[in-house]
Amino acid sequence: MKLPLLPILLLVLLAGVPLLSPPDYFMHLLITALLTAVMGTGWAMMGRFGLVSFGHGAFLGASAYTMALLWNELGITPWLGIPVGVLVAVLLGVLLGYPCFRLRVVGHYFALVTLAAGEIVRILVTALREHTGGSLGMTPNQAPPGGGFLAMQFDKAGFWWVALGAWGLALLAWWLLDRSMTSKALAAIAEDEDAAASVGIQVTREKLKITVISVAFAALAGALMAQYRMYLNPESLSGLGISLQIVFSAIAGGMYAPFGPSIGAVITIGLEEALRFGFGTEFTGGAPLVYGVLLVLFMLFLPRGIAGLLERRPQARKPAAPAVQLAE
Amino acid sequence: MSAAMKQSAGATLELSNIHAGYGDFQALFGVSLRVEPGEAVGVVGPNGAGKTTLLRVISGLLRPRAGTLRFGGQDLLQVPAHALPALGIAHVPENRRLFPHLTVEENLKVGAFSKASRAHFEQRRDHVYSLFPRMQQRRHQLAGTMSGGEQQMCAIGRALMSGPKILLLDEPSAGLAPLVVQQVFALVKRIREEGLTVLIVEQNVAQVLRVVDRAYVLETGRVAAEGRAAELAADPAIRRSYLGGH
Amino acid sequence: MDLLDPFFLEALVNGILLGGVFALPALGLNLVFGVVDVVWLCYAELVMVGMYAAWFLYTQAGWPLWAAFAVCLPLVSLLGLLLHLLVVKPLLNQPPINQVLATGGVLFVLQGAATLAFRTDFRSLGVDMPPMEVGDVFVSGTKLAAFCAALLGAAVLWAFLKFTYVGVAIRAIARDREVMPLMGVDPQRIYLIASAVGGALAGLAACLLVVQLDVHPFVGLSFGPITFMICVMGGLGNMLGGFLAAFLMGLIISVGGFWGNTEYSYVIAFLFFILTIFARPRGLFAR
Repeated sequence: MKLPLLPILLLVLLAGVPLLSPPDYFMHLLITALLTAVMGTGWAMMGRFGLVSFGHGAFLGASAYTMALLWNELGITPWLGIPVGVLVAVLLGVLLGYPCFRLRVVGHYFALVTLAAGEIVRILVTALREHTGGSLGMTPNQAPPGGGFLAMQFDKAGFWWVALGAWGLALLAWWLLDRSMTSKALAAIAEDEDAAASVGIQVTREKLKITVISVAFAALAGALMAQYRMYLNPESLSGLGISLQIVFSAIAGGMYAPFGPSIGAVITIGLEEALRFGFGTEFTGGAPLVYGVLLVLFMLFLPRGIAGLLERRPQARKPAAPAVQLAE
Repeated sequence: MSAAMKQSAGATLELSNIHAGYGDFQALFGVSLRVEPGEAVGVVGPNGAGKTTLLRVISGLLRPRAGTLRFGGQDLLQVPAHALPALGIAHVPENRRLFPHLTVEENLKVGAFSKASRAHFEQRRDHVYSLFPRMQQRRHQLAGTMSGGEQQMCAIGRALMSGPKILLLDEPSAGLAPLVVQQVFALVKRIREEGLTVLIVEQNVAQVLRVVDRAYVLETGRVAAEGRAAELAADPAIRRSYLGGH
Repeated sequence: MDLLDPFFLEALVNGILLGGVFALPALGLNLVFGVVDVVWLCYAELVMVGMYAAWFLYTQAGWPLWAAFAVCLPLVSLLGLLLHLLVVKPLLNQPPINQVLATGGVLFVLQGAATLAFRTDFRSLGVDMPPMEVGDVFVSGTKLAAFCAALLGAAVLWAFLKFTYVGVAIRAIARDREVMPLMGVDPQRIYLIASAVGGALAGLAACLLVVQLDVHPFVGLSFGPITFMICVMGGLGNMLGGFLAAFLMGLIISVGGFWGNTEYSYVIAFLFFILTIFARPRGLFAR
């Protein structure tokens, strides 16, 4: 398999960004956008095959809190904590996904089951306030002087490279998936689950595979985001709100194109900042308001997202093309 | 003839050069057909000939690609499907399509939904019960729990609730035991004796030719033959194809 | 343990009262889903708007409570109509997920608008009725009144669906959409009516919730998810199933809170929901 040259060149170029020593604020936005892109890309891996999850927030939270608690309570470095956290999230995903897929929980029912899972994690995080700080949130302990690297507490440039690595991995995974049998099987399943099963596709297994990959990237991004911000709270790492935001950024960018969710992440973060500036702290509701209006407008007029605009004509011609098929 | 069923007769149904289909598939190629007031007309033909499509076009569920469709001089293509029952067109669809989770009487109530029908609900319901006494016994039973024959009666009853001038019947005998088929056709006969115009689509050619005045033979979306029922029943080609005769 | 323990009995009673409160939005959501085949993800936010309306008219504009409630109901009903006309109707031929996400967008819009208008402060109506003592059990008068109003609302809805032409057509269309024009029924009109009734139920729920809960822009998140789960448990579109599931959930949460604390009782309720779906993927009461 020959890797496409252009994206690799792009990655190398992006890796050089900190060398231009841009302002901190700019770096902050870039890192946040990049990590959001990883979440969205992870979500879209499932979403584009009709596995619409409203609970991806649960996976961000599961890994981020695992990582932070391991560090704060046992002193285990996030270098180890993040893989463990991702594993915990993946286990959660399998625990939820396996029965769902096995028992043919699809469509609305699947979306609402994942929604419930997201809420469970949010409430658990809130309820375990002795450890997690509840809804006030928690802060990972500061690393001792000189121990920053070991504790994964570095400056913005360091996080930029880590985030870039995660993003590159997510795109690589997408690229590999597109060339695998799994994606063909999943496309068939999304089209008609019974027909797919009847030609020998192992529906449960294929769905589980994509769930594991999707959850792993969301979880990785969640933990990195928490570590970067040095702050965790249930609202931003679990529950319906953040889950819908992930979905929004993926859809706005376009979930069918590999770069779609990343475009969406840039838009989402850019929008958030623009609205924060535009409305100031006086009008805290302005951002979600505009955000929601855009989501509705996207669904009405651009269901395939920004990336849908860039698709070749014959596809772009179909305005009624589904954002995704919800297999019933 | 019962007062409940009586409608101002005198509306001719007229299809001319109808082309219709679904997506890339064309089911009807220039079908023309005419039903005079008080007539009973059959449309027969093999599976897939376009019989059901024809009825769907008449009742507005499917818009034709070309052709004209008139009822009593009115252009039906200008009328939305849900306004057709009020004009006197009632369609008993293929497979009956009762609401299985509603009671018999509730099914009749849905049939009388249009504003003009509501005032006549009790009168028409009682008439339907007089036609199908079994329905009255089962009025509070869920429609889905009845036998196939009873469901067919209920579906016809539901169509009668709108006080139609013309009744479109799609395969009323489908899936029913021979004895029950006899009963259903006896009822169709009775309904038309009350003066109702009937257009009936059937695969059961022998039975339907005994009930109708005239019939059209539809093959691959085209009218292959038409004529009086007795003539068609005697036609050697028809006998060979549809009546198992020689 | 002693089943006649007054505190346990109290938990049972409160569970049933809570179930009554959940029942209304569950009925409304199921009605809309059954008829229009679209999940209103912003349903709880419609209720939130109604709560603000009642709060504003009563405490800020100084209206009598009954008048505030009388305006709240049609207002949210109108909101349901607008939601259908502006967002759902243009998407009717699109895949379900597009529709759900669009109503998810409305969720953000309503939360944002409420934040802009009223900030994030918790607003309380400040009405309370004296508790009533039945045997050893104390019952909140407010909750009891809300429960009775919820039951009354459900009964009116039932009568509407059972005895009116439109009501019977609504039950029919939930099962067979395509055949409805043959009955002289314009499905678009029924969608509008169902959306208005669904909105009205949200409005009624708002009146009953605003006397028990403080209003804030995110209050919908506190009962929205559980409402969706109740609907799914009862079987999407199955009104009776949703109604019964509401009481089941109310009991689980209330009794769970008696043994543990309220937060864990919600966790138990959600877990129970997930397990239910695994056991009966089409809802507890699916045929």
